[in-house]
Amino acid sequence: MSIMQDSREATMFGRRSDGTPIRRPLSPHLQVYDMMQLTSALSISGRITGVIWSVGLLVLVWWLVATASGPGAYATVTWFLTSWLGVLGLFGLTAAAWFHTLNGLRHLAWDAGYGYDIPTTYKSGRAVLIGTAAMTVLTWLIAIIAWAR
Amino acid sequence: MAKDSAADATMRSPLGRVRGFGSAKGGTHHWLMQRLTSVALLPLVLWFALSAASLAGAPYEVTRDWIAHPFNAVLLLAAIALAFHHTAAGMQVIMEDYANQEWAKVAGIYGVRAICWLLAIAAALAVLRIAV
Repeated sequence: MSIMQDSREATMFGRRSDGTPIRRPLSPHLQVYDMMQLTSALSISGRITGVIWSVGLLVLVWWLVATASGPGAYATVTWFLTSWLGVLGLFGLTAAAWFHTLNGLRHLAWDAGYGYDIPTTYKSGRAVLIGTAAMTVLTWLIAIIAWAR
Repeated sequence: MAKDSAADATMRSPLGRVRGFGSAKGGTHHWLMQRLTSVALLPLVLWFALSAASLAGAPYEVTRDWIAHPFNAVLLLAAIALAFHHTAAGMQVIMEDYANQEWAKVAGIYGVRAICWLLAIAAALAVLRIAV
């Protein structure tokens, strides 16, 4: 291939189903975006928090399987989740989970055809951030009250 | 379908004939399932996150009894199935977008799906062992 004049060319490399290369628009890659913009930052955060959720599911499976196994295994998982590393991980997981959930709500609205204009996109983006903070604090307030009991 | 005339006879396979002719018109299923599972997961996540928070530091018997309660067990099983379906679908989209090599993409998609199946079964079995 010739030398690239524009970084966006990197996104134009695709293949036909028979394997031959073709110049066509591909799903955008990260380097073409200004990640300091709220819109693109929240967009990629939706994906990243989705991946974090996947890791969080591993914790859920561990917690369920340990509880099914007996008091010994449950004590191990509780020991880890109440350690500073476990609490830190769970806190990040809670924030990621609420962000992904609320941002998903925004995506569902987009899928239904609402909120596409730029001012609304920024407004809903800020709402997602505020909502994430509020729900994370609420979740941990409940957790701390339960823990202290 | 049953009567094959000589004019229709060809040495080309059906796959060979359709290659390069566009979509199979079945591409909306994954998209729709991702949206449906996300809508179903909204109330389940709200319920689970707040319930799990209220179980923080709970002794073994309390957690076990909570999972064993039929209401919680049913919702947990639903959440497990939907969450792993949603995760596998989401990871598939990420790999379709970013994987450069076809073999890596295919291996990644089906590898993640296999892991999701096994973990979902393990989680469901754990809930059933406690609840039944």
